[in-house]
Amino acid sequence: MSKTPIITARNVDVFYAEKQALDKISLDIPENKVTSLIGPSGCGKTTFLRCINRMNDLVDICRVQGDIKIADQDIYASNVDVVALRAQVGMVFQKPNPFPKSIYENVAYGPKIHGLTSGKADMDELVEWSLRKAGLWAEVKDRLQETGTGLSGGQQQRLCIAREIAVKPRVILMDEPCSALDPIATAIIEELIDELRKNFTIIIVTHSMQQAARVSQRTAFFHMGNLVESGATKTIFTSPKDERTQNYITGRIG
Amino acid sequence: MTDLDTSFLQGQKHLAKRHRSESRFQWMGRMAIVVSLSFLVFMVGSIFWQGKSAVTTTEIALQINLSADVVDPNDIRGASFDRIIKATLCDTFPEATSRKEKKKLYGLLSSDAGYQLRDQILENPEMLGGTVTIWVNASDDVDIFNKGQIDRDVPQADRRLDDQQIGWIDQLSGNTAMRSVFNAKFFTNGDSREPELAGILSALVGSAMSLSICFVLSFPIGIMAAIYLEEFAPKKRWSDFIEININNLAAVPSIVFGLLGLSIFLSTFGLPRSSPLVGGMVLALMTLPTIIIASRASLRAVPPSIREAALGVGASPVQATFHHVAPLALPGMFTGAIVGMARALGDTAPLLMIGMVAFIVDVPQSILEPATALPVQIFLWADAPERAFLEKTSAAIIILLVFLVLMNIAAIILRKKYELRF
Repeated sequence: MSKTPIITARNVDVFYAEKQALDKISLDIPENKVTSLIGPSGCGKTTFLRCINRMNDLVDICRVQGDIKIADQDIYASNVDVVALRAQVGMVFQKPNPFPKSIYENVAYGPKIHGLTSGKADMDELVEWSLRKAGLWAEVKDRLQETGTGLSGGQQQRLCIAREIAVKPRVILMDEPCSALDPIATAIIEELIDELRKNFTIIIVTHSMQQAARVSQRTAFFHMGNLVESGATKTIFTSPKDERTQNYITGRIG
Repeated sequence: MTDLDTSFLQGQKHLAKRHRSESRFQWMGRMAIVVSLSFLVFMVGSIFWQGKSAVTTTEIALQINLSADVVDPNDIRGASFDRIIKATLCDTFPEATSRKEKKKLYGLLSSDAGYQLRDQILENPEMLGGTVTIWVNASDDVDIFNKGQIDRDVPQADRRLDDQQIGWIDQLSGNTAMRSVFNAKFFTNGDSREPELAGILSALVGSAMSLSICFVLSFPIGIMAAIYLEEFAPKKRWSDFIEININNLAAVPSIVFGLLGLSIFLSTFGLPRSSPLVGGMVLALMTLPTIIIASRASLRAVPPSIREAALGVGASPVQATFHHVAPLALPGMFTGAIVGMARALGDTAPLLMIGMVAFIVDVPQSILEPATALPVQIFLWADAPERAFLEKTSAAIIILLVFLVLMNIAAIILRKKYELRF
C-alpha cells in the first residue's frame, strides 16, 4: 500500500461475557477506499465494525481487547471521548432508522449537537449539501418538513447516509445497508457508496458477494471469529490464498 | 386416476369434536363477559338509581311578616331570625300548641332556615316592612318523604315522620307551599351534619389539591427514575434488586403508605395534619411505583434503532435519551401517570391514616388547611345514620366515577393521539 492506512487494528479480541467473538484480528483500512467485510453469519464482521466506533460499549457484557487506532490515535485510550469519536466515525445501520422527525431535522440533528454551523442559512446549506451528496435532494427538496419515516425504504437509507455525512466524519461504517432494500434501491446506494469514497473512508459489512465485488476496493473475509484473509478485492475474488475463502466465495460454506 | 386418495377428508369425526370444543370455549368466554358486564350494570345502575334524587331538594314557602317591629331595618343582623321562623310556623299551623307538637312542627324546616331568611333579607333589604314569601330548605326527613322514600303506610312508630307531621306536609304541598328545586347547595357547600345542607365542594377541592400535589411530586420523580433505570443504570445485581422492590411497592396495600406518611410526614417532619399537602405526598408515594413501571415500559417500547441512530451521529447518551427516546416515550408515561392518578383519586385508606377523615365544613383555601377528599367524603356519608345521606353518598360516588372516567378517557386520547408506531 502506498498510503498509510487510516485505521489499524492489532490483535483485537472481543468477548461477549465468556464467549469469544473475535480472535486476534489485525487489519489495516486504507483511506478513501471502500473496504468490505464478508463472511458467514455469526463470523464477527459486524462485531468488528461496531468496535471501530465503540458501539459495543452499549452492550454491558461486551469486552474489547487489543489496539484500534484511527489516524494513529488509540480509540480505546482512556482520554478518548466516545462522542467525539462517533462524530468522526459515523454509522449506517442494517434497517433504515430515520428519526421520527422531519427530513430537515434528521439531517440537521448531527451538525446541531456538534455545533458545526452558525446560523440558519449555514444549516440550510449544510442540509442541502448533505442531501445532494446522498443523492436525495431532488426527491425531497420540496418536502423537507415532512417526516422522514414517510419515505420509501431506499430513500430512508439515503436519508440516514445524509444524516451521517452532515457531521462530516472521516469514516462511515455501513452494516449491511442494503439488506432491507429492493435491487433498484440497492443499485442506487451502491452508486452512492462509490461516489462517497472520494470524501470518506467506507467500511461495509455485506452478505452479498456481488455487492462486495462491485463496491469495494479491499475485502476482508471473516470466519468464526477469525480474520482469514484480506487484500485487494480483485485478488480475494479471483485468487484467494485460503481454502475457506475459496469455499465461501464459491458458495460451498456460509 | 380413478382411485383418488380421499383419506384426507375422513377426519370428519375428529373435526366435529374440534368444532364443538371451540364453540364451547367461545360460549364460556361470552358468558364470562355477560356475567361481568351485568355486575357492572347492576353496580352503576343501583348507584345512579339511588343518587339521582340528590339532584333536587325540597323547599317550603313561609309567609313572613317583616314589619319594622319584627326586623329593625337599621339593625338587620340584630333580629332573631330563628324566632321569626318559628313564630311564622306556629301562625301557619295554629293547631300545634304543646311543646312537643311545636318541636315536631319546627322539625319540618332545616335548622339553617333562620340563616337562609337572614341572607335573603341582607340580599334584598327592600323586602322589609311587609309580608313576603320566603323559600327555605325543608329538613332532610321532609325532603326524603317528598321524594317518596318514607312510606306513609308504615306504622307511625317505625317512621321518621308521624301522622301529624305528614298531615302538615300534605297541607303545605296542597297549598303549593312546597316545591322541589335543583340542589345547588350540593355543589357549593362543604360537609354538614344536616343532610339537606351537606355538599361536595370541600371534598372536591381537597381532592383536586391532593392530586395536584401528587402529580407535581410523582410525575417528575417517577419519569426521571424510570429514565435513569432504563437508559443509564448499569444492569447489575443492585439494579435488579431495585426493580424487584419497585414492583413490590406497586402491590403494597395503600394503607401501609398511609402509616408511613403518618409516621414520617406528620410525626417526624411535623407537617400539618389533615392537609392536602400531606395527602398529596402520601398519594405520590403510592403512585410513584406505578408511574415508574409504566414509564419504563414505554421507554422499552422505543425501538433501540432510534437510540443507535442518535449515538451513531455522535449524540451523547443523555442527548440520545432526551432528544429522541424520552419524547417518544412521553405519551406512554403520561398514560401511566393518569392511570396512577386515577387510582390515587379513588383511594381512601392512606388519607384516613393521615387525618383527612376529619369533618371539614369549610372549603380549604390552601394546601396547609385541613381538608377531606372525595372517597373519604363518601366513606363519611356512608357511615352517617341519617337516611338522607344515602342519596348523597350515591351522588358523591357518581361524581367520583365521572372524574375517573374523564381521566381514563384522557389517557386513551393521549395514547391514541401521540403514540408513534414503528
